[in-house]
Amino acid sequence: MAQHLKSSKSTFLNVLRHSLAFGSPSHASRHLRQKLPHGGPPSIKKVSPNPLTRLCNTMVDTLSSSHEDTNSQVMDFPGGKVSFTPEIHFISESNEERVPCYRVLDDNGQQLPNSQFVPVSKEIAVKMYSDMVTLQMMDNIFYEAQRQGRLSFYATAYGEEAINIASAAALSPDDVIFPQYREPGVLLWRGFTLQEFANQCFGNKSDYGKGRQMPVHYGSNKLNYFTVSATIATQLPNAVGAAYSLKMDGKDACAVTFFGDGGSSEGDFHAAMNFAAVMEAPVLFICRNNGWAISTPTSDQFRSDGVVVKGRAYGIRSIRVDGNDALAMYSAVHEAREMAIREHRPILIEALTYRVGHHSTSDDSTRYRSADEIEWWNKARNPLSRFRTWVESNGWWSDEAESDLRSRIKKEMLEAIRVAEKTEKPNLNHMFSDVYDVPPLNLREQELLVRQAIKSHPQDYPSDVPL
Amino acid sequence: MASLLGRFCRKLVVPGSAHGSRMTSTTACGSETVKSLNLYSAINQALHIALETDPRSYVFGEDVGFGGVFRCTTGLAERFGKNRVFNTPLCEQGIVGFGIGLAAMGNRAVVEIQFADYIYPAFDQIVNEAAKFRYRSGNQFNCGGLTIRAPYGAVGHGGHYHSQSPEAFFCHVPGIKVVIPRSPREAKGLLLSSIRDPNPVVFFEPKWLYRQAVEEVPEHDYMIPLSQAEVIREGSDITLVGWGAQLTVMEQACLDAEKEGISCELIDLKTLLPWDKETVEASVKKTGRLLISHEAPITGGFGAEISATILERCFLKLEAPVSRVCGLDTPFPLVFEPFYMPTKNKASSSSSLSSPSKNTHFLIHGFSRLL
Repeated sequence: MAQHLKSSKSTFLNVLRHSLAFGSPSHASRHLRQKLPHGGPPSIKKVSPNPLTRLCNTMVDTLSSSHEDTNSQVMDFPGGKVSFTPEIHFISESNEERVPCYRVLDDNGQQLPNSQFVPVSKEIAVKMYSDMVTLQMMDNIFYEAQRQGRLSFYATAYGEEAINIASAAALSPDDVIFPQYREPGVLLWRGFTLQEFANQCFGNKSDYGKGRQMPVHYGSNKLNYFTVSATIATQLPNAVGAAYSLKMDGKDACAVTFFGDGGSSEGDFHAAMNFAAVMEAPVLFICRNNGWAISTPTSDQFRSDGVVVKGRAYGIRSIRVDGNDALAMYSAVHEAREMAIREHRPILIEALTYRVGHHSTSDDSTRYRSADEIEWWNKARNPLSRFRTWVESNGWWSDEAESDLRSRIKKEMLEAIRVAEKTEKPNLNHMFSDVYDVPPLNLREQELLVRQAIKSHPQDYPSDVPL
Repeated sequence: MASLLGRFCRKLVVPGSAHGSRMTSTTACGSETVKSLNLYSAINQALHIALETDPRSYVFGEDVGFGGVFRCTTGLAERFGKNRVFNTPLCEQGIVGFGIGLAAMGNRAVVEIQFADYIYPAFDQIVNEAAKFRYRSGNQFNCGGLTIRAPYGAVGHGGHYHSQSPEAFFCHVPGIKVVIPRSPREAKGLLLSSIRDPNPVVFFEPKWLYRQAVEEVPEHDYMIPLSQAEVIREGSDITLVGWGAQLTVMEQACLDAEKEGISCELIDLKTLLPWDKETVEASVKKTGRLLISHEAPITGGFGAEISATILERCFLKLEAPVSRVCGLDTPFPLVFEPFYMPTKNKASSSSSLSSPSKNTHFLIHGFSRLL
């Protein structure tokens, strides 16, 4: 909007100048004077007896930009005014210094001097830490279950517990989440139970997804968490549309979408960022830059200074955060959310972290990185221990609380798995429902055919799917 | 049911117009006010009604604000405001992805892709997001409010990138619907049905007919049901199935064949996914012969699906192999367009060459050079 006003002002200015016979060359014929030194007499101020002329003079003075000297001219192109320069100068591909990373706690969990952060209450801090522990333990136990052959697949979030939990803690339950697949902690924070997680992983009849997808493809409309799809970054433009809806409905809420360093290379990332800026959508883009896209390190992913610098390319405010610092994550997301909703704008948050675990149970990451590197990140830069130190320093946690929590979670998890495992699978008719709102004729016919086939050859079909 | 209704529908040929007015089971007869409209005006009317009747509905895409390159969105931004009717950046995957997000929040998003030829960047969003949104979530979520409109088909001078008919790609995606209207009156009713259908719909508009087709279109809010084919011309010797602009061509072929004494039954499929097999099956069981025609290239075209299904269902009733008269297996050419297109000569060539008796296999040989 503002751009249009600026260019119409300049046009108006030039028209005024013409009509008052001021000496500046017209906008239209400037291109003819390229080879000549800047021509035309300086603008002449005359005090005219004619009141209309005096009015016009005043308006010209008011509208005049201040850059009409010999060395830099200002010209309008569609899109607004831009200064000229006679020097041939390419903007460097990168800044001298990398964008600094916001953190509150040092590696040992000590609060840094002069650190700015949004304070958290004891209740929130304890829940944050407990949920980080719960997430880690849930991952441990599900991962083991897969190794034992009880689950077909699993993906852990090791090393990214602070991103998961702290971001969720800084949001409101009305903020809608469009996850990638390494953010189950957001669901956990909002109240998804270990049993509910287990049901989805085992694909039993209590799975809200009705057994249709692989493990870790969670979704909950009750908790405003859109169902995971394995395709990378496809959720990003969806989040922008959802954010626009929230804005139009006047909700005090934003959309939040997660993706990895790899996801930022996808076309959908660029599409979504551009749309978010143009549509002025209240959406948070949270990039978990964990250094790896399966076996692809970030050096093979992009040549920019990470993901944070891409925000400016789209006109989006951005911040780089220490993703392993729960307080910094909390503060960054908290502030970003406020800006997004209040100012109707997208915000990009690049959370630097490290993927401690393998990409999934189908991956052995020691094949492309050293076990030492993994171990170092797990020990020296562990988000749980850093935050625990800080929570304990406030007198809000103890060894006893820790062991109580851990034994409780372990029991709950094992029970959840036991129950999920023996709960029957969803009924066969759920293969055909929900493709459309109502099954069309072709699906009704196909169901009959499948059922006939099962009747004639029951031994060829799994017996744990009720008919 | 659909086939029964089809029998009672009569096509009235109005001279000078591409398709006559007709009465369908879903429109009121007699007292409705109608207006002579072309295709883009009919679509425009449908969009006005859609936005009027649902305050949480949106229309957007490239150049939609000023009325669109085909004038389909004229007047919408002025009437409903730039928050509901707006231009988007030039990015089909963004347009559809954004639309899915809007629809996922319970809105109706009527998205425009400027030419069907440019829909492919959005194919991932359509296949992996829109089509599976409800199913993968166990019905916790859906994006049924999404409708994607795109002009498709030959326009006389469009060449590779302004003439494509990509419907076959989308008919292979469980979870979406594919709808193609043949005329202004049909377009308005089908578009309103598509917009209000609780499933994501891809709606291809025959651009050739945007100005060329003029028809009496009722002014009120009406819907034509999806997944119901219509017998628009009754006959007894051969069944012809098509959709969109191709029906005009086929109609001419039917008239020509009639002069030779061949009685043609012409069916407009309207919805390609899920498609009304019953109406086509009933017709072929009556006539014993089927000819399918579409502009899209013959190999892997949707005609193959119809052919295979009808063979399965009507094999013993068929008196000749199912025939397909389609575009060729080349990119859509410019100078060679008249040779590429499945014109009425190709459709009726063999029927006029052979004996008019319906006992001869008059469909077999004429099309072998096309297959």
